Amino acid sequence: MFGLKADWSTEVFDRYFTIGDYAGGEARWCPGCGDHAVLSAAHRVLRDEQQKPELSVCVSGIGCSSRMPHYMGTYGFHGLHGRALPVACGVKSRRPDLDVWVATGDGDCFSIGAGHWLHALRYNMNMVVMVFDNAIYGLTKAQTSPTTPVGFKTNTHPTGAIIAPHNPLTVTLGITNVSFVAQVVDWNPPLLFETLKAAYRHRGTSFVRIIQRCPVYSDKVVKELQSDPSRFLLLQHEKGLAVDDSALRQFPERTEHDPSDLGRAFQVALDESRIPLGLLYHNPAAPCYEDMSSQGTDFTPEQRLAGLETVLDRLTI
Amino acid sequence: MSKAHASAGREAKILKEHIVEIVSDSGEGAQKCGQTFGTVGAKMGNGVWTVEIIPAEIQPPARSPAGASGIRIRFASHTVTNMGDEADLVVAFNEQVLYSRIANGAYHRGTRVLLEDKWRDDPVPEIREQYAKAVAEFRENGLDVHELPIEKACLAITENPRRGKNMFVLGMLCYLYSRDLDRAKGEIAIAFKRKGAEVIGLNHRLFEAGHAFAAEQLDFRYAVPPQPEEALAGKRFIVTNGNQAVALGVMASGMELVSMYPITPATSASHYLADVYHQVGGFVHQAEDEIAAIGFAIGASYAGKTACTITSGPGLALKTEMLALAVMAEVPLVLVDVQRGGPSTGLPTKVEQGDLLAVLYGEPGDAPKVVLAAATIEECLHFVIMARRLAETFRTPVVLLTDANLATGVQPYPRPEPSAEWLAPPVDQSEWSEDVPPYDWDARTGLSPRPIPGMPGGQYILTGLAHTTHSRVAYDSDSNQLSSEMRSRKLSALASTLNPPTVHGDEDGDLLLVGWGSTLGAIEEAVDRARAEGLAVSCVHLRFLAPLEPGLKEIFARFRRVMTVEINYSDDLKAPLITDETRRYAQLAMLLRGQTLVDVDCWSVVYGHPLQPGMIHGVIRERLAAIQDGGDA
Repeated sequence: MFGLKADWSTEVFDRYFTIGDYAGGEARWCPGCGDHAVLSAAHRVLRDEQQKPELSVCVSGIGCSSRMPHYMGTYGFHGLHGRALPVACGVKSRRPDLDVWVATGDGDCFSIGAGHWLHALRYNMNMVVMVFDNAIYGLTKAQTSPTTPVGFKTNTHPTGAIIAPHNPLTVTLGITNVSFVAQVVDWNPPLLFETLKAAYRHRGTSFVRIIQRCPVYSDKVVKELQSDPSRFLLLQHEKGLAVDDSALRQFPERTEHDPSDLGRAFQVALDESRIPLGLLYHNPAAPCYEDMSSQGTDFTPEQRLAGLETVLDRLTI
Repeated sequence: MSKAHASAGREAKILKEHIVEIVSDSGEGAQKCGQTFGTVGAKMGNGVWTVEIIPAEIQPPARSPAGASGIRIRFASHTVTNMGDEADLVVAFNEQVLYSRIANGAYHRGTRVLLEDKWRDDPVPEIREQYAKAVAEFRENGLDVHELPIEKACLAITENPRRGKNMFVLGMLCYLYSRDLDRAKGEIAIAFKRKGAEVIGLNHRLFEAGHAFAAEQLDFRYAVPPQPEEALAGKRFIVTNGNQAVALGVMASGMELVSMYPITPATSASHYLADVYHQVGGFVHQAEDEIAAIGFAIGASYAGKTACTITSGPGLALKTEMLALAVMAEVPLVLVDVQRGGPSTGLPTKVEQGDLLAVLYGEPGDAPKVVLAAATIEECLHFVIMARRLAETFRTPVVLLTDANLATGVQPYPRPEPSAEWLAPPVDQSEWSEDVPPYDWDARTGLSPRPIPGMPGGQYILTGLAHTTHSRVAYDSDSNQLSSEMRSRKLSALASTLNPPTVHGDEDGDLLLVGWGSTLGAIEEAVDRARAEGLAVSCVHLRFLAPLEPGLKEIFARFRRVMTVEINYSDDLKAPLITDETRRYAQLAMLLRGQTLVDVDCWSVVYGHPLQPGMIHGVIRERLAAIQDGGDA
């Protein structure tokens, strides 16, 4: 991953952006937190794409992951708990020229903001939605989240979580007009980078669930997974993600999965004995709501006034 | 037609104004009939105010008092600003729906009732009994009941009178009020334009039959001449309800996005916009819920396209946290709250001015924002235009309060002449100087320029957390105090540019009424009546609620007693256990008491209907008598 290709280019750029142009304030996440890896991967995608920092907006809700905009050198919107998606969609609605990233978490997206999750994916506006899923509420200090495993002890369930967790993949795959669903872990940076890059390049809402370490409150959840590589199932396909040697070494269990096959994607997502990694579903042809919501953004003031006169004429007595 | 012409010679009694109601079961078209009748009047130059009578359900049980659906039209030879007092004439499709209107005090002794008589011979004995009993009761109570075979006459023209009776009744009314027949038929053609020539033809026949029927059956006839030409001053007029006016304001302000969730009585603004917005380059987003609706609008506003969200009480409550975010992060936004009866689901189709304090103080912490209240349908239009400009100039959300009375009231008013200055400027994408922080507050005004995504060098992270001038999360002790001061100072800056409100009536006197919102017309009419009796009463009407218009203390000091008149709840001082100290005041009164330290009294009710001049006139007399008895206030 640290090859020569990234920073050495013979192309002539009007303005050439380096990683530093996409970095904001110093990240204040805990040492060992998986969020750092996601941030680095996002910086790299933007740098490789040479996206102008002023044309990119990172929108978030509330929670550890939602601090991400503060660590970006782009525009950012750190809003309300659970409400990143409506704001992100609003940004895109009349400014489709802006590039939108959403940082949200398992509590933010799957619990308090669950209604928006269902609808924003249906709108399928062009944006990358990264769900940082550490199976716990971190910022408020260790409460059960919608993805906390049964039996895992938290401050709200001291004898262990009592209800089976949500399966965010099956829910997401069930949403009409969904167009890109991927799952990845934070501790394989090449796969994370490839996933975010593919997500960024997809036109539509790219939903990426990132299974992610919280070394302070849910370390055990991830440690158990990391200790048993057979728990993961790496999805491979020529239409899927580029998979490098490190992922092949780390995840020996693999299957061929065509991401255009929604039925198979459901089967893969339903099998909770194996955690799928890679691209579950991809439909590049799903309609995007901004193509409808941006109607008339190109109107001149003269056209607006002429339209208004027509409307008023019909009401005039 | 021949009969209509034959009787057209019957002498019409000339009136200055009349109030007509049409009441029916839901789905019988009374509203379409009344709207068309009102439009004909407006086009002939009458002052007109129409207000719909809407049941809460779509199809409530037939022949039930609670299911009364209808419309009131007040029209005059002068400008009309409110629904008036009791109706002078009512057309009722059945006798049961009249009961609810009687209970609302809608009629006086002598009100003429044109009643469908088919129920008298109904096959169901209970219905026959109900009808006979009701007619006897109505007559005992002084109503002038004319039983008419309306349905029978309609059957001669259509097999389904339920769908055509309304245009038959329109014909009757147009005869009764000597309206211009061609104009009325033109309106029918417009109303049924989408349904084709056959439907228009049928309705024209029903209309003509109704006209002839009234000439034959009724021995009275009226005329309400138009306003004098000079009153119209050669102006062009449009006819809309308040929600359409809000929608027109949105378009005329250059706002390109309305983001909403369906809620009564606000939604019809979006219906209208959805129909015409594409012609001016805008879009209605129907969000998944009220929170998403305002969040979406805030996203667009943050990205440089100031947007509007339109809602009503329960939706306002859900939007609270987002509204506070817009205040905290200084995002321009226009929120229109079409108030209805509360709390909770309350009275969805009925009027109340119950959201004032929620709008001013609903958010945890201090959340200063600009709050305006439209007092007329015309103001619904112009205040939205002002709201967008205020929002962008002061980098703040602006809440515009209207209510169900304005939303469903229909009135002619001068056609706006849209100007490029009303439109939003193009999104600024010029380079931002990196020396200027995103909240570069001017300590005198609290104002600061706003970077917009796309501006090179302007990158900042908007946050709802307490933040520094650089929009970084504030970990120091001073930033929150400073930013709170700056947000509040913007209101002082705006207040310093406002003029004191104008007093209607003498500049001093015994009693000053203070109102806000849709009650303007009724309050002024009541004050004019009282002044005609020699009473020393005046009134003042507030449009800005935050910041308050200046000079109120000085105005209040010139009157012996000051009281607000509002449509929200307050304790009656005469009720059990109520004392000066425990009394809960009406919302504006509470605000004014706190801001002016004047002992502002109040009178307010929550019956769910608009205030009527007669009610307010009674209150004025009563309070003035108390002031005289008490020597002083």
